[in-house]
Amino acid sequence: MSQEAEGQKVDANKRKFLIAATSAVGGVAAVGVAVPLVMSMLPSARAKAAGAPVEVDISKIEPGMLLTVEWRGKPVWVVNRTKEMLAQLGKHDDKLADAMSEQPQQPDYCKNATRSIKPEYLVAVGICTHLGCSPSEKLKLGGDSGMGSDWPGGFFCPCHGSTFDLAARVYKGVPAPTNLVIPPHQYLSDARLLIGVDAKGA
Amino acid sequence: MSALQKMMGWIDDRFPLTATYKAHLSEYYAPKNFNFWYFFGSLALLVLVLQIVTGIFLTMSYKPDAELAFASVEYIMRDVDWGWLIRYMHSTGASMFFVVVYLHMFRGLMYGSYRKPRELIWIFGVLIYLALMAEAFLGYLLPWGQMSFWGAQVIVNLFAAVPFIGEDLSIWIRGDYVISDATLNRFFAFHVIALPLVLIALVAVHLVALHEVGSNNPDGIEIKKKKDPVTHIPLDGIPFHPYYTVKDIVGVIVFLMVFSAIVFFAPEMGGYFLEANNFVPADSLKTPAHIAPLWYFTPFYAILRAVPPLFGSQFPGVVAMGLSIVVLFFLPWLDRGKVKSIRYRGPIYKIMLALFLVSFIGLGYLGLLPSTPVATIFAQVFSVIYFLFFLLMPWYTSIDKTKPEPERVTG
Repeated sequence: MSQEAEGQKVDANKRKFLIAATSAVGGVAAVGVAVPLVMSMLPSARAKAAGAPVEVDISKIEPGMLLTVEWRGKPVWVVNRTKEMLAQLGKHDDKLADAMSEQPQQPDYCKNATRSIKPEYLVAVGICTHLGCSPSEKLKLGGDSGMGSDWPGGFFCPCHGSTFDLAARVYKGVPAPTNLVIPPHQYLSDARLLIGVDAKGA
Repeated sequence: MSALQKMMGWIDDRFPLTATYKAHLSEYYAPKNFNFWYFFGSLALLVLVLQIVTGIFLTMSYKPDAELAFASVEYIMRDVDWGWLIRYMHSTGASMFFVVVYLHMFRGLMYGSYRKPRELIWIFGVLIYLALMAEAFLGYLLPWGQMSFWGAQVIVNLFAAVPFIGEDLSIWIRGDYVISDATLNRFFAFHVIALPLVLIALVAVHLVALHEVGSNNPDGIEIKKKKDPVTHIPLDGIPFHPYYTVKDIVGVIVFLMVFSAIVFFAPEMGGYFLEANNFVPADSLKTPAHIAPLWYFTPFYAILRAVPPLFGSQFPGVVAMGLSIVVLFFLPWLDRGKVKSIRYRGPIYKIMLALFLVSFIGLGYLGLLPSTPVATIFAQVFSVIYFLFFLLMPWYTSIDKTKPEPERVTG
């Protein structure tokens, strides 16, 4: 006011520009400060490094049995499938959502009828592709699993009722959209399985 | 002038203490016809204070560390003097918070408390409800039991269903590729600092907005329209203090009787307030045979499950669940009724509100159960009614045959 009293005119445009410029610079500064805060919530260097591969001795898994090992904090199943179990795999393709494993849920070397490197050993991440529960094993055929007489063996997710067969392929009409993930893995010898890395040149 | 008056004068020259007291208590005129349903606002405030106070004392003994969290809760329950009481007050308080908030919200639906000029009060209230749900979800991870772990796993994976950015978003929320120590630690930070601050701020603006326009009442008419010509005090208004402070104390006493009975005799409430599986430490390799969220989330969980996956994605269910809450924000503009209160509404609104209530409770019940084909069909029917209550509201409220509102509030 005193300026106007002295006859100096307030330049409204200049004032508007200065307010806009100050706000813009302040806004940029606020975003700049927010970036490190938001980025600090990403997985830390230690969390990223924790994804080391896991070596498993598979010679102790009896035929028809399942071993759960932990890899990157997730359960990984190793199932020693019997001949009877493998014989069941081709018989129910019409009930599966992705019988041919078209979705990229497995490494290329497991995109086959048994979704495995060695037909008898299924290696799969035991996390339901719906909302991340760990399905229960229902390996036995038919009524022995309490899953109805035509059940060919597989897995049942207790959270929302998704079902998977013994090649970890998802059935049609269940909440889970895709087959279970087959992790990268390789055999170091007949008895030693390494989960988490592909074989060189594979 | 007494010493006390002198001191008050000294303060009032520097801080509007007397003016604030008058504006919000002794000269805040509330309608004289409040009934039973008007207890729940003040009770929600009471529970907020209880949760903050018990929460502060729990943090003194709790360890937000995946290795130590579960044991530290057991330590509070067994070794800390009175720790069991503080912990059960906090866990019971969480459920009772939702009990009073749901009753408070239903009161708003019945008496049209969200209608003009109270739209912002309602919107702030829905935001409080959202913050409360976030607060409850974050807090439920802290005991690091099986339900904590797998509940968080499922809910965080809902974000992973968002197209394109979902996977990265869920990793950012967890701070890891799986629910882990990093997740527990940040949930603790949000639960004890971030969300409580947001909640308190929202409660403050909720009350400021309420005291700006004045309270609604069971008749849904504005008491400010009929004022005393001399004093300008609403003819149907009575000062909040002492009339409603005293009335609310009665509510508080009855509430605390119920609250204490739960804390002392049924703190787990048959698995509804504290789930049995949460007394088992978190195991990232094994999901419990049946997982269900706590009762106050089950209506929305049932809506989530009712929507089948489309194009191999769970996202539509997540969207439906989100919309079921977002739609609440639009309620003030969806209602085209000539009257506010259910007392003067026509039969259509009454039937729709009853159907909505049945659907909400039905969804809540179904959300507790394992998913079966029959339950899914029921959940789908209830979900459709839930949404139709809101989406058809502009139509059915405008054609409904209402009764005339009274000039002055009734008994």
